[in-house]
Amino acid sequence: MNLITISGPPSSGKTAVIIKTAETLMKRGVKIGAVKFDCLHTDDDVAYEKAGIPIKKGLSGQLCPDHYFVSNIEAVLEWGLKEGFDLLVSESAGLCNRCSPYVKEIKAVCVIDNLSGINTPKKIGPMLRMADIVVITKGDIVSQAEREVFAARVHAVNPTAIVMNINGLTGQGAYELSTMFIDSEQHVKTLKGKKLRFSMPSALCSYCLGETRIGESYQLGNVRKMNLEENSNA
Amino acid sequence: MHSKEQLLLKSPLELLEKYPYLEAFFTNQAVNMMADESMTLKQIMIQMDESGAEDTAFDATHFLDQLHDFIGQMQEFSGVNSQVVEVLTILPGTDKSGQPEGFVELNFKKSTITSIVGPTGSGKSRLLADIEWVAQADTPTSRTILVNNTKPSTDWRYASGKKLVAQLSQNMNFVMDLTVREFLELHAGSRMIANASIIVDKIIDAANDLAGEKFKADTPITSLSGGQSRALMIADTAMLSSSPVVLIDEIENAGIDRKKALEILTGEEKIVLMATHDPILALMADQRIVIKNGGIHKVLQTSEAEKSMLIKLEEADRRIQQLRTKLRSGESIVDDFFP
Ligand SMILES: Nc1nc2c(ncn2[C@@H]2O[C@H](COP(=O)(O)OP(=O)(O)OP(=O)(O)O)[C@@H](O)[C@H]2O)c(=O)[nH]1
Ligand SMILES: [Mg+2]
Ligand SMILES: [Zn+2]
Ligand SMILES: [Zn+2]
Repeated sequence: MNLITISGPPSSGKTAVIIKTAETLMKRGVKIGAVKFDCLHTDDDVAYEKAGIPIKKGLSGQLCPDHYFVSNIEAVLEWGLKEGFDLLVSESAGLCNRCSPYVKEIKAVCVIDNLSGINTPKKIGPMLRMADIVVITKGDIVSQAEREVFAARVHAVNPTAIVMNINGLTGQGAYELSTMFIDSEQHVKTLKGKKLRFSMPSALCSYCLGETRIGESYQLGNVRKMNLEENSNA
Repeated sequence: MHSKEQLLLKSPLELLEKYPYLEAFFTNQAVNMMADESMTLKQIMIQMDESGAEDTAFDATHFLDQLHDFIGQMQEFSGVNSQVVEVLTILPGTDKSGQPEGFVELNFKKSTITSIVGPTGSGKSRLLADIEWVAQADTPTSRTILVNNTKPSTDWRYASGKKLVAQLSQNMNFVMDLTVREFLELHAGSRMIANASIIVDKIIDAANDLAGEKFKADTPITSLSGGQSRALMIADTAMLSSSPVVLIDEIENAGIDRKKALEILTGEEKIVLMATHDPILALMADQRIVIKNGGIHKVLQTSEAEKSMLIKLEEADRRIQQLRTKLRSGESIVDDFFP
């Protein structure tokens, strides 16, 4: 089985791109399953089901969805193997701009859209910087110049990635993307021992875990204080 | 070109002097590379390691790899212009029913226009996708695309600054909050054009020449009228886009001089492809391809008879425009249209 991790800011077009790409693969007889990691709520499972793609969803609640991803992907992988999929696609909402659900040796795709503003590529960090493929969506509604400027910004953040423009509505470009989803050499049987491409913040504070009360005594874990003495403009 | 080891011994400032385009790369890093100008990359990396790169999501090895690749790509990118796309060729594949397409070899030369006709959903997007992806008999149509009569480099597929096709369609809008001049400067900057202001002025002039109503350089792009936006997009794509092929999806017949628009594009040596249902536009092209059932059904050269037909159609069009003007100014329409 092949495994692919897809991440990207909310509403960037991940589900649209995955479904269009999966459709071209399914036409060629590839058996696909998907999993969606999100925080509080998602209707993506409905969209996948409608497209005939078996789907599992996981809501991380108060945790960062990417942390949740790491602790659950093994089990999801086992489900995929049991179902006999040729390809398992993991979609995660990139809510935490500090983390990314990418695993070494497992193909990593970042979906980002032309409408999100030219400073977004810089802001979203490892999710973009560590991806193998960057998919840029919503090119159908902005000008050619804006597409070129946006692509140049993406390139400056991640010069090594393959950058593809895909229209999530019409599926233009999805066939081409699909050819990179399947690697006949890859047989992922377990993720045990594999490493994340980039460490997730190691120190979690009590607020990460749902604490809402303010005050010194509630601040557990790794808590840092601002230095208000120094006048910093940095 | 420096090796990775050599890069490590330089300071960001030294690198910036040698490769000015690195500014975009450095400013896009999570770390301020210019904090101490005397430090070499190696020293900066060591320091990052000690002060917890975790916080800023900085990965030193990855950074060095990307820096090295970025310089390599940019050097190639600035030299790419040397390879002009003179001609793009399509070798036939099959339509949706597996029938072979109706041509032997289809050429699109630079500075020429090809119109694409056929019902919606007949396979225009697939054709465009085949060109963008420089298909090598490896897409559903099995078409093959050649660039300058040879099998093209895979860079056209995978390199981000190197895309074969620029696209202009009616649903595209400007979304950035910038003036016309700022916007064009930003676009020129992303292509590392040295004398941006010259080309920016040229684009504004050309766009104003196309648009019915003139606009100024300090107009916000989002407040341009439909015709003005289209005019600016066309002039910008003609002069600043890096892509040799321009696909136009219908040019509306209002607020813009369509003939001049096409002249600007061909004047900049673009290969123009134009999907249209409008007979005037279709006949302005040098050749037209008819798409049916997912395949190219026919290729027609615009004949002499069609060219004289075009002159008559343009005359009829001009007269309809006059009727519009009359209507607008409150005059009545008398039957002197068909003499
Ligand atoms: N115009 C246009 N709309 C698109 C494109 N791709 C996606 N969309 C639309 O953008 C919206 C969000 O798309 P989704 O695929 O749900 O985005 P997502 O990234 O999966 O969203 P979350 O999973 O909720 O974070 C939908 O309304 C899509 O129809 C595109 O290329 N062009
Ligand atoms: Mg989704
Ligand atoms: Zn996180
Ligand atoms: Zn926290």
